[in-house]
Amino acid sequence: MRLLALALHRLAWFVPTLLGLLVVTFVISRVVPADPVALVAGETATPAQVEALRHQLGYDRPLPVQFVEYVARLARGDMGTSIFTRRPIAEDLAHRLPATIELTVVAMLVSVLVGIPLGVLSAIWRNSPFDHGLRVVTVSGLAIASFWLGIMLQLLFAMRLGWTPLNGRLQGFPPRSITGFYLADAALTGDWPTFGAALLHLALPAATLAFPALATLVRFTRAGVLDVMQSSFVLYERAMGLPRAVIVWKYMLRSALTSTVTQIGLLFGILLAGAVVTEAVFDWPGIGTYAVNSILRSDYNAVMGFTVWAGTIFIVVNLLVDVAHTLVDPRERTT
Amino acid sequence: MKTVGFVLTRLARDRSALFGLVLIAALLVTALLAPILATHPEDVFELHPAERLRGPSAAHWLGTDRMGADVYSRLLFGARITILIGVIAVGASLMVGVPVGLVAGYYHGWLSDALMRVSDVFLAVPQVVLAIAIAQTLGPSLPNVILALSATYWPWFARVVYAETRALQKEVFVESTAALGASPWRLTVLHVLPNIASPIIVRASIGMGFTILTAAALGFLGLGPPPPTPEWGRTIAESREFLPDAWWYATAPGLAIFLTVMGFNLLGDGLRDVLDPRLRRARIARDD
Amino acid sequence: MTELLSVRGLRVDFVTDGGVAQVLDGINLDVARGEVVGLVGESGCGKTTLARAILGVLPATAARIRGGEVWFKGADLLREEAAVVNDRVRGRAITFIPQDPYGSFSPVFPVQTQIMDVMKWKSPRASIGRARPSPFSRYPRERWRADREAVLETLRAVQIPEPARALRRLPHEFSGGQRQRLMIAMALLPQPDLIIADEPTTALDVTIQAQILRLLRTLVKERGVSVLFTTHDLGTAHEICDRVVVMYAGQEMEAAPADAFFARPAHPYTRRLLASVPSPDGEIRDIPGEVPSLVNPPSGCRFHPRCEYATAECSAGRPPLRALAPRHGVRCHHPVDAPVGAEP
Repeated sequence: MRLLALALHRLAWFVPTLLGLLVVTFVISRVVPADPVALVAGETATPAQVEALRHQLGYDRPLPVQFVEYVARLARGDMGTSIFTRRPIAEDLAHRLPATIELTVVAMLVSVLVGIPLGVLSAIWRNSPFDHGLRVVTVSGLAIASFWLGIMLQLLFAMRLGWTPLNGRLQGFPPRSITGFYLADAALTGDWPTFGAALLHLALPAATLAFPALATLVRFTRAGVLDVMQSSFVLYERAMGLPRAVIVWKYMLRSALTSTVTQIGLLFGILLAGAVVTEAVFDWPGIGTYAVNSILRSDYNAVMGFTVWAGTIFIVVNLLVDVAHTLVDPRERTT
Repeated sequence: MKTVGFVLTRLARDRSALFGLVLIAALLVTALLAPILATHPEDVFELHPAERLRGPSAAHWLGTDRMGADVYSRLLFGARITILIGVIAVGASLMVGVPVGLVAGYYHGWLSDALMRVSDVFLAVPQVVLAIAIAQTLGPSLPNVILALSATYWPWFARVVYAETRALQKEVFVESTAALGASPWRLTVLHVLPNIASPIIVRASIGMGFTILTAAALGFLGLGPPPPTPEWGRTIAESREFLPDAWWYATAPGLAIFLTVMGFNLLGDGLRDVLDPRLRRARIARDD
Repeated sequence: MTELLSVRGLRVDFVTDGGVAQVLDGINLDVARGEVVGLVGESGCGKTTLARAILGVLPATAARIRGGEVWFKGADLLREEAAVVNDRVRGRAITFIPQDPYGSFSPVFPVQTQIMDVMKWKSPRASIGRARPSPFSRYPRERWRADREAVLETLRAVQIPEPARALRRLPHEFSGGQRQRLMIAMALLPQPDLIIADEPTTALDVTIQAQILRLLRTLVKERGVSVLFTTHDLGTAHEICDRVVVMYAGQEMEAAPADAFFARPAHPYTRRLLASVPSPDGEIRDIPGEVPSLVNPPSGCRFHPRCEYATAECSAGRPPLRALAPRHGVRCHHPVDAPVGAEP
């Protein structure tokens, strides 16, 4: 079937790109530093210990061989061991994954559910005070440093007003773990107080994360709708007297959305990049803080593991977005 | 090809782009005249622990930080760091990315594909993530930050230039000039470059904003130039433990970043509107 | 009055980069019941603007209606309440066939969606009443079935093969000619009094144009529907019109029944237009000069700078309507009384 062929075609690019990413991280970790082993061994190691470590890690073998081993180990899911936690890095990452996913998903939902309608409205009310006001917000959204925004929100809402907790995912005991996502688990077990608490904890970090994504979405939706407004079919529907709400929310939005779907990939990138600093600001027990802490502790392998992981996820998401685009735009399906 | 005069007059009509220009000009002036504008220029290096964490006052317009240094003065010197990082990083990205894009766009074949695959890999990962990895490997310092940023931003230029070059090749005038026997060099310099100047300029302006934000993030995470360099991101990180009392300490550098990046974004948008109006202008329907 | 549609003194300006263009300068136009009227003119003469002004879908930001009336079934559309016009006139009493068959369907939905939406809001069985219909109102099952039957029947009438399957297709799966047939069907389904067709065949291959036009004429004559259609092609006008109106630079020049129009045109511009059609003897007789700017148009009769009969009074003011015969009017101080072809 056409759809399958298209999906496979997109999938074909996945492997080389992933491989390329692995080459890049390999180069960064082995070729770039003056002595990668010394970095791993730490500052207190003696030259003899460093040499021993070099042999143990296999860093004295030729580079291409090292690369093959590197890829082989990654394929097994072995990203090495964290110097700090002494656990396999892959395990550390998996353990922290749900927190990051929950935060990212909530942020994405907020930005989509708020951003798209705002974008549509600002297009049909072009140049109104509403549009100009929103423009200020969207321009700011792309100019504000996420970490600073997070800190300012903490300052206002947590420290001064006391409306939300300062940081962390939850105080006290988490709900019984079914999915690993506090909101879902609390709802599923009917533990509404915990649900509320988890929501409050999510409020500030999700808002911080969502802000640039929301700004981008509003902009793109606005541009998309403005573009569609000029189309012949909109003119036709107006000439035939179809109710305005039907034209805007059924037809124009749908057309504008085909381009917005591809932006979701871009959005995810923004969210992922923002997640690192946002988690750091809010002490959110996710992958971002893991990366940041690893940086601070010079837990070098952990940072590399994070990079590989984040890169792979991003490539996968873009692939899914590509496939989704072919689904959403029916023209691609039949040509 | 649009003349500079034409661009400037059109740009002048765009209020938000002008505002952006004003912001950038303010940044440049601040950076250049920092020693003169600062009330306590020596505070970049000296410490006055006795005066730490004082609020805004006549002597210290924006208060003092944890070392007793004048926040305002350090902020001004921070502007220098910011511009330095931005200009060099974007400049380096441009100097690598544009030729790569040109070559990939001009030729068709394995070289072209390979170059674009490589840049795709870099584009496949959020810039921050890769920059963190590189900066962490190299160690926190100013040159390393710049290197990390350049190494992760060049693909944006490469991709834009590649797309434009390929599009231009299909233009008739390029084909005919080539058919008349113009050498590839001549073709590129005289015909292709002027046409790709616009997207490059737009991308450079937007890239400045992007890069400065990423640089600040790196500084915040501790991967930027080490103390006592008054880098804005690091200053914010330092300020955290003293909140909510020393609010000026965290607010000022953040606002500085915000205004700077906004300036470049607004200018970039304005440039895009002027240089590529077919993308933006709502068409007034041509009626018969 | 006996006319179904009566445009009086319509003036429309457009705001452009170069200044304010006076696109329509006091147009008068009549369409009688059951009549097919062709509005002929070169590109830029304002015929599309006139069509859109009657429908009330001019671009809001750029266009300004400066004056005039559009009388339709006893009401001035320009002065009626907008919501009422949108609900009761547009898509019901007056329907539209657009010029662009390629863009007039939303590309992401099967054609059924758009057609059934038109039926939902505009079918003869739909209730007329609320001036502001709710966009989320239900589509009663019974009515939907009846409407769908009507759609299938009309699709057969416009010669779309396998209508039921066709409905489920996406717009890009149809050829240009087929899409215009669908447009004709949609224009007929609400059982309108008047169809406004804006250059309906211009975008089609020449070989299909005649087919589509004849189909349209047959169907409207069967149903007693009036048509006002615009075109720049005299051949098209000749094919299906009962009456022809000629426009030039925002002014109507002459209106005549088709045979009189093509045999004994009175207006110098009309004569030139007819003479400029390439003829078998190979001579191409151009009209000297250029179409004027609408930002700074010539005074009086806008054709006078290019007209060999022009005198001082032609630039003084617009010539009044002169009735040469019943339903044959011309706005000219020097109408010509000779068969076509007798040009210098």
